[in-house]
Amino acid sequence: MAEPLLEVSDLSVRFDTDDGPVHAVDKLSFTLNRGEVLGIVGESGCGKSVTCMSLVRLLPETAVISGNAVFDGVDLLALPPKRLRAIRGRDISFVFQEPMTSLNPVFRIGHQIGEVLTRHLGLSRSDARTRTIELLDLVRIPSPAQRIDEYPHQLSGGMRQRVMIAMALACNPRVLIADEPTTALDVTIQAGVLDLMRDVRERLGTSIVLITHNLGVVADIADRVVVMYAGRKAEEAPVGDLYAAPQHPYTIGLLGAIPRPYHGDGERPRLREIPGRVPSLRELPQMCAFADRCPRADELSRSQVPELRFVRPDHLVACFHPGPE
Amino acid sequence: MSDAAALEVRNLVKHYRVGTGITGGGSIVHAVDDVSFEVRRGELLGLVGESGSGKSTVANCVMRLTEPTSGEILLRGSDITHLSRREMRPLRRELHMVFQDPYSSLNPRMSCGAIVGEPLRLHGIAKGGELRTRVEETFDLVGLRSELRYRYPHELSGGQRQRVGLARALILKPSVLIADEPVSALDVSVQASILNLLRDLQREMGFSCLFITHDLATVEFLCDRVAVMYLGKLVELAPREELFASPQHPYTQALLSAAVVPDPEEQRTRKRTVLEGDVPSPLAPPSGCRFHTRCPLEPRSAPRSSEEEPPLTEFTPGHLVACHLVSAGRPAPRLVEEPAKIA
Repeated sequence: MAEPLLEVSDLSVRFDTDDGPVHAVDKLSFTLNRGEVLGIVGESGCGKSVTCMSLVRLLPETAVISGNAVFDGVDLLALPPKRLRAIRGRDISFVFQEPMTSLNPVFRIGHQIGEVLTRHLGLSRSDARTRTIELLDLVRIPSPAQRIDEYPHQLSGGMRQRVMIAMALACNPRVLIADEPTTALDVTIQAGVLDLMRDVRERLGTSIVLITHNLGVVADIADRVVVMYAGRKAEEAPVGDLYAAPQHPYTIGLLGAIPRPYHGDGERPRLREIPGRVPSLRELPQMCAFADRCPRADELSRSQVPELRFVRPDHLVACFHPGPE
Repeated sequence: MSDAAALEVRNLVKHYRVGTGITGGGSIVHAVDDVSFEVRRGELLGLVGESGSGKSTVANCVMRLTEPTSGEILLRGSDITHLSRREMRPLRRELHMVFQDPYSSLNPRMSCGAIVGEPLRLHGIAKGGELRTRVEETFDLVGLRSELRYRYPHELSGGQRQRVGLARALILKPSVLIADEPVSALDVSVQASILNLLRDLQREMGFSCLFITHDLATVEFLCDRVAVMYLGKLVELAPREELFASPQHPYTQALLSAAVVPDPEEQRTRKRTVLEGDVPSPLAPPSGCRFHTRCPLEPRSAPRSSEEEPPLTEFTPGHLVACHLVSAGRPAPRLVEEPAKIA
């Protein structure tokens, strides 16, 4: 049933900076299946955004990318720029975190969405306008025929994010990459955007890669989850398994760090803290990247990089001592 | 009652005038409109709201960083609303603030030790060896290694910086701490350590705290009572357990139902209410109840909801709600009984 649409293997991204190399992503592999929502979670600096930007080569020239990303039979990372441009924005599209800065303030929103349609699909201006109104309606923007002639500053944050999603959906993409799409939004607005994404997946069959630090958002919408730590995959599992039976100590730590309703008697337990901090990415650690912060670390963790192993079908963990607490 | 309050805010109003040019005119932003509450001694009061609700303006008025348009602010019973900067100075020992952004709220040119010691120095409380000892003690209190005193803010991680901010606010042992979104700029695992620390310190030192946030889970973890704001108005105020178990105002109900829970099973089975439309502009807030333009229960309270402003009334002892559908002992209809608008 699971039919892979995008297969990423051994993806590494290094930035050559003035202060030496920074290894943002280290041999990451994952698969996105058709019609699936894949959540990629991790804290700042874990490489989750860089991973997705590298797939469509939106990174600056200082980035050195290796590995493969096979989409529909072609390797995106080996594609000449011209062919990549034809795929980017049409078959694979993006929604970014900041709806304020990712729209051009000097053009009307109709123009910005229409540009995608005329460029990729060769629609005439009037056809593009009709289709744009349909798209605005699809993302549930009220009175789209009026809104189309407004400028980004006339819209609220939630509306702008809907415009971004409309733009991303303009060419019926097969893959939508959403990088923290609800982080800048209020909770009541976030709920609406999540419903919209669920709707898009169901109605249009779009596969979605959802990048976020918010484990609540992932719990809401993802089918499968990849947890990243320091540029590597720490754990991957179907969403239910990951939350019910996390195996990697980092995942366990993250889930315990979130305050949640407490109904027990007596003293409310403290939140779980993860001591220490994320290692520097200047060198690739030849050990488990989490070892310095991990209660389970031993000689083995400090001398070798743990391989990803299956602990259950579909549940991968990169840890020498996996398991629940 | 009021002599027990560490901090009391009475009928606070803050209007900003915008767009006044040479042609005059302009309009008024109704940032905070007639807000009253108190922070009791030794209590953590959470002030919750979404962007534009006016929660940070309340903090800024309380700190006297902005001048309120009207209303009163009482610190341990004495009115500080109209004190001059000079008169305010000795009271600043009692009232300190932690800011949201640990990057921009620390002076990049001062070492962390100097930043934390500055309140002692400015108030002329300690200098030399004594100052150093007090700074060391405070570093220890917030869980920072003492060597970090010689480091500059840019050398520290976000979590460490927020600890420096907390140390600076607590070194004078204030009776009231105002914390404006102190953890929202931090990663989840770092948030946890700051929240634990804040809870420990509050128990140890017994200060009162006004904790401002948009995150309901944080409030649920930390606060004793919760106040909810919408578009410059206080819409509900209740003890924590009560607010989370039985939210009354339709806005509070919607807010609680929209919050995501890190548990797929629970998250996917709960019914949620997605509010229609956007928060209206504070330049022209709706008449009557400010929430009526988005309220799913509006048909039941119309036309009163758009004509008459609902006062904050006591629903049960200690539980205040500003809604036409709620009166003493009579709860509001539940929103989740409405058909859930999930596609």
